[in-house]
Amino acid sequence: MWKWLTTLYHRLGSPKWFYQITGRWLPWFAISALVLLSVGLVWGLVYAPMDYQQGNSFRIIYLHVPSAILAQSIYVMMAIAGVVLLVWKMKMADVVAQSMAPIGAGMTFMALATGAIWGVPTWGTWWMWDARLTSMLILFFLYLGLIALREALKPQEVAAKACALLAIVGVINIPIIKYSVDWWYTLHQPATFTLTQKPAMPASMWLPLLIMVLGFYALLGWSVLLRARAEVLLRERKSGWVRETLEKK
Amino acid sequence: MKSPARFEAVVQGQGNPPGDFAVFKAALLREWRLQVRRRGDLLNPLVFFALVVVLFPLGISPTQEILAPVAPGVLWVAALLATLMSLDALFRPDLLDGSLEQTLVSGYPVAPLALAKVGVHWLLSGLPLVFLSPFLGVMLYLPWQAQGVLMLSLLLGSLALSLIGSIGAALTAGVGKSGVLMTLLVLPLYIPILIFGTGAMQAAIVGNPPGAHLALLGALVLLALSLSPWAIAAGLKIAVSGE
Repeated sequence: MWKWLTTLYHRLGSPKWFYQITGRWLPWFAISALVLLSVGLVWGLVYAPMDYQQGNSFRIIYLHVPSAILAQSIYVMMAIAGVVLLVWKMKMADVVAQSMAPIGAGMTFMALATGAIWGVPTWGTWWMWDARLTSMLILFFLYLGLIALREALKPQEVAAKACALLAIVGVINIPIIKYSVDWWYTLHQPATFTLTQKPAMPASMWLPLLIMVLGFYALLGWSVLLRARAEVLLRERKSGWVRETLEKK
Repeated sequence: MKSPARFEAVVQGQGNPPGDFAVFKAALLREWRLQVRRRGDLLNPLVFFALVVVLFPLGISPTQEILAPVAPGVLWVAALLATLMSLDALFRPDLLDGSLEQTLVSGYPVAPLALAKVGVHWLLSGLPLVFLSPFLGVMLYLPWQAQGVLMLSLLLGSLALSLIGSIGAALTAGVGKSGVLMTLLVLPLYIPILIFGTGAMQAAIVGNPPGAHLALLGALVLLALSLSPWAIAAGLKIAVSGE
């Protein structure tokens, strides 16, 4: 098993192998994303019971929570890819990190937008300087910084290494930012309705949520692979196997 | 040994190369001379700091009731921006004249040498900021009991600001006009320092002991001091590889 994993890891380091192996993975990610998302959406939006406090408006949780979870875990994945790039000089790690950055920023934006929409029926306002919303906003800026750095630096290898370093610095800082914002919030704001204090969910509510989270991860895998494969073709456009692959189609 | 330049002297029979500490002292002296002679780069951020603070009474209201409560935030935000402005040109001259590359190939550890640069820069631009701040605090009607905490929190905070900001300065050293880009990279990382710095001042204003905030600020400084030199060194290597 371990040997199989290391072999797979080394093979994924080569652009050609990466393209061929991920081509086989692609349909699995696509099918599981579509199935999980449609089951989770229908179950969550139609069949899950209504919340006794918030009524139907709580159903936005089925988009809000998965996007918030992904927003945070994509940043960690990018930092891991950064370590792989800087330590083992594996260029495919940068391809994956580059493909993830806009998706992560999009997920963060989606978490912010659904949070703002959810704020209207629960808090009566579109925006509140709630600790979670604020740290999500900061995370959004961290993503934008990463994307801006990649745009600004010119030779691709330099941009890759710089983004990897920035992602690692960012991932060390995220817990510090998170706790300082939590502390700032408790100092400045009176205790209001928080999501952590709501009653424990029954299984009929959290099961579709779990399915949605898994579906979002499958969607992430699908879209990252699509973007990464296009990026591999672009970066390796001068090599022979790319020409062969494209001529075959 | 992978550090040819350092041991070239030995190979050529010219005696032992200077030790790490001697090189660190030489780097400190070099930075001091270079930065003292670039007087404009040292003065401009201070003027910027004062000017940003002056904008707030003009933009919000000159009355004490409105200015006094926002004074900690205004002073700290202005200090953040002034520090960023002063860090912008920290590594670029060295990158352009090639001395940065010589430092990297010299075979001496890069992190302490980068730390020497940041330390001298803090001494010449962070410390004056700390001593300028009480005057601006008086102009914003900051209560007297908070003046000491303002200086103390800025003293600790500006160290962390310099160290963290230098990572961004190293990464963007090769970019021509990096001002806005560096701001975008570094400002999110400054948020904890801002929170604890203003928190200490708010505590002092209402009469609470500011010790907890200052202790956390000190912890951030120590963390930045132990980790950021390595990140700065890595950033400089990346910047040089792009030239």
